[in-house]
Amino acid sequence: MYRFESSSQDDWRNKISQLNFIYVFLIILLAIIGTFTLYSAANGNWQPWAFKHILRFAVSLVLMFALALVDFRKYYKGAYWFYFITLMLLLVVEISGHIGMGAQRWIDLKLFKIQPSELMKIGMVLFMARYFSSATVQGIRSVRGIIIPAFMTILPVILIATEPDLGTSLMVLITAGVMFFVAGVQWWKFALIAASVAGSLPILWNFLHEYQQNRILTFLNPERDPLGAGYHIIQSKIAFGSGGILGKGFLHGTQTHLNFLPEKHTDFIFTMFSEEFGLLGSLSLLFLNILLLAMGYVFAFRTRNYFARMTIIGLNTNYFLYVFINMAMVMGVLPVVGVPLPLISYGGTVMFSIMASFGLILCMSIAPSKNM
Amino acid sequence: MNDLNAEKNQILSRRIIFIIIANLLAFVVIITRLYYLQVVQADKYKMMSDENRISTRFLLPPRGMIYDRNGEIVAKNVQNFQALLLPEQTKNAEDTLTKFEEIIPLTETERSRIMKEINGNKKFIPIKLKDNLKWKEVAKILLNAPDLPGVEINEGLSRYYPMGDIYAHILGYVGPISDNDKKDNPLYMVPGFKIGKAGLEKFYDYKLQGKSGTVKLEVNAFGRVMKEIERQAGVEGESLILTVDSRLQKAAIEAFGDNSGAAVVLDVKTGEILAMVSVPSFDPNLFTNGISYKHWSELLNNERNPLINKAVSGQYSPGSTFKIVVALAALESGIINADTRYYCNGAMKVGASRFHCWRHVGHGSLNVVEALKYSCDIFFYETALRIGIDKIHDMALKLGLGMPLNVGLDNEKSGLIPSKSWKKAVQGVQWTKGDSANSGIGQGYVLVTPLQLATMLARVVSGGYEIKPTFIRKSVSKKNKTKRLKIATRNIELVKQGMYEVVNGVGGTARRARFNLDGIRMGGKTGTTQVRRISMRERRSGIIRDENLPWNLRNHAWFMGYAPTDNPRYAVAVIVEHGSSGSGVAAPIAGAILQEAIKLDIK
Repeated sequence: MYRFESSSQDDWRNKISQLNFIYVFLIILLAIIGTFTLYSAANGNWQPWAFKHILRFAVSLVLMFALALVDFRKYYKGAYWFYFITLMLLLVVEISGHIGMGAQRWIDLKLFKIQPSELMKIGMVLFMARYFSSATVQGIRSVRGIIIPAFMTILPVILIATEPDLGTSLMVLITAGVMFFVAGVQWWKFALIAASVAGSLPILWNFLHEYQQNRILTFLNPERDPLGAGYHIIQSKIAFGSGGILGKGFLHGTQTHLNFLPEKHTDFIFTMFSEEFGLLGSLSLLFLNILLLAMGYVFAFRTRNYFARMTIIGLNTNYFLYVFINMAMVMGVLPVVGVPLPLISYGGTVMFSIMASFGLILCMSIAPSKNM
Repeated sequence: MNDLNAEKNQILSRRIIFIIIANLLAFVVIITRLYYLQVVQADKYKMMSDENRISTRFLLPPRGMIYDRNGEIVAKNVQNFQALLLPEQTKNAEDTLTKFEEIIPLTETERSRIMKEINGNKKFIPIKLKDNLKWKEVAKILLNAPDLPGVEINEGLSRYYPMGDIYAHILGYVGPISDNDKKDNPLYMVPGFKIGKAGLEKFYDYKLQGKSGTVKLEVNAFGRVMKEIERQAGVEGESLILTVDSRLQKAAIEAFGDNSGAAVVLDVKTGEILAMVSVPSFDPNLFTNGISYKHWSELLNNERNPLINKAVSGQYSPGSTFKIVVALAALESGIINADTRYYCNGAMKVGASRFHCWRHVGHGSLNVVEALKYSCDIFFYETALRIGIDKIHDMALKLGLGMPLNVGLDNEKSGLIPSKSWKKAVQGVQWTKGDSANSGIGQGYVLVTPLQLATMLARVVSGGYEIKPTFIRKSVSKKNKTKRLKIATRNIELVKQGMYEVVNGVGGTARRARFNLDGIRMGGKTGTTQVRRISMRERRSGIIRDENLPWNLRNHAWFMGYAPTDNPRYAVAVIVEHGSSGSGVAAPIAGAILQEAIKLDIK
């Protein structure tokens, strides 16, 4: 008994010492930057966002370490279970959304809210990692071999899209697509899918809600509605541009503090950061994120454990999509689809889910190469 | 298993490279975009950011004051609270307006004007809701401010004319900008900005306006003012000092009593307009904040035309006052001299018609001085026929008739001095002898304004100087530069002698109006002009006495006078519309005005 405990303790210490602390440091640094940006967003106040943000981060940091220290085999074993439970929750949201009114994205458990679509981002990665690690190369290359994962991708993507949450469903779809790709699904199959999606775009268009159509139309031409839907993106671009190279200075972003910029504490927080810290600031923030992603890919190369590698690729891709879509949409490169900037934007669900995914990445990074 | 994973791991490693490349490409897009927005287009967006946050408002400069020649204020600015609506600061301007109406009732006209401005103006231009708010109303609005988004109280200045109707026709008035005069001056967009709409307020508008100041305010997205960034004070409008003497102006209006007409008093030495009245008058303060329909229609429908400045816009036949011009024209051309005598038997034949003298029994033989004294018509028919209309025309123009004198008032009329070519050009027929005879006594086509007549008199009694009437005080050096008209002094003296006799001579037409203030006497000339044509039949059956005619058919009464007779200083022209008699009605008014001027001893 004592031996077991002591060996377990030794195991933990051993594991913690294996964790890459530069990676953890980068995460903490980004969260601190986020906290100060939120402090500025509230015109120099810790309330209502900055304090809660750092508090949530502290709690989710514990969660991250906890998840990192779990034996990676448990994830392998629980992957399908996790996926299917999340899928069930998505269905619950979908059904209650139909019964209730309007968009419904979460399940209210009184104590906290569960947003199944966020869980699905992890659930999808675990499912694909597990599926492909048990598949053969021939199976992956055959059509029959990818029918099940394809179905398991499409189902949640549709459920999330009809919530409606276009941004998240796209992220889940692309993440799954990337995992198909790295698993070795042939190029031409992607080309075929891409071609048929392009062909059916006009039909898909009709399935979109009017506000989603408007967002896309406004994205294509923001001047279409400068006071309505296009207002956000125009004001955001003004904030970027007026920030210039050096920025207006901490707490001095006029676009933000005079309320011209909408959603400055959530989706448009990068805009606010760039207005105050200029091109140098935004490039620095981008560089920190690139560094974080690069380390993830390094982890993926260092281990020879297929499940771990796949999980890291999937979660890294998920993080990449967050950063890229958020930055691209606030600069008018992509339509505004409501994707926050993780660690910086205010919001509990994304904070917890992204920290959980960092925990998983850390866990996978120290997974032994063999011994499944 | 391991071999299988080895192959899959190989594929994985290869394909991760593609994913990394894809990620990098995506970040190149982000970096490029950041560079484009924050470096390439930075200036454009910096400007747009400033446009967002900086709201520039105009500070209205105080309008220049207007003083009379003695330094008395005749136009000033008084404090005025107005309620403004800033459409860009409210979600729904109409809702705000409705709520405002619950607190401060608006008239139908006000409401429709505001609605028009809400729909027509640019969002950042404030709209005036109500002017001249009382303290209680201001307090009410401020108290309800949360319910009235976009409503602002502005402490402004409004024009006030302390003398009311005394100066109405000279000063005119200021009023809000109407559609017709919207110009590119951004100042004109500021609510409550008033421009001169009539009179000297209009003529000297640019000078009086001053330069606007600006204040740059930082506003948030909802339009709330966060702080003042920069303030640039405006320049007060230049003040204006008039030549008019308010005391004389008041005396002139009093002298008219209930009569309708106009009077102009000139300083013979300088041409300065010492008084210019047109009665009845109106209170220009009514116009400053928009006149009510009731007041407006009352003024408009009054048959005595209070809105018209008869001193410059009223054109009347000069009647016998024109005989001064005819006499000077004849004397200058040598057709007559001091000793030339004509015989008046009450009527004469001109062409096919008979021309009558106002005195049916005739005046007998008279020279030019006597002809002026008794205002004999036959003498001037004869004279006019001999010299012809064109010589009369030239003299009239020399003396300031037949053209506007440009004193800066609107609708200044040029009058009409006919000539042969004029009749040919305008009416297409030949000038007749009858025309000449009629012109000789200032009837027919001849038209003058009271200002012109006063100017004509001033030019004559000054000894032949080209007096130019003006409202603006001149410097001393300029006074001496008045041009001399080429008129022989002895001829002027003859005419002046005639005018002296008119008032002071036994049997002079205006003898009843004479006065002697410590040796200062008045000279002048009467005029009575028909408003209607007297038919042959009426002449036979006996001309209807003027008192028995309706007011608007009675004769106009003229008198132009000057004093002192030995060294003329003041010249006045008085018209009493439908006053019946120049000697009986107009001369006493002119006399009263001149006596007042002498007593005041205007500096």
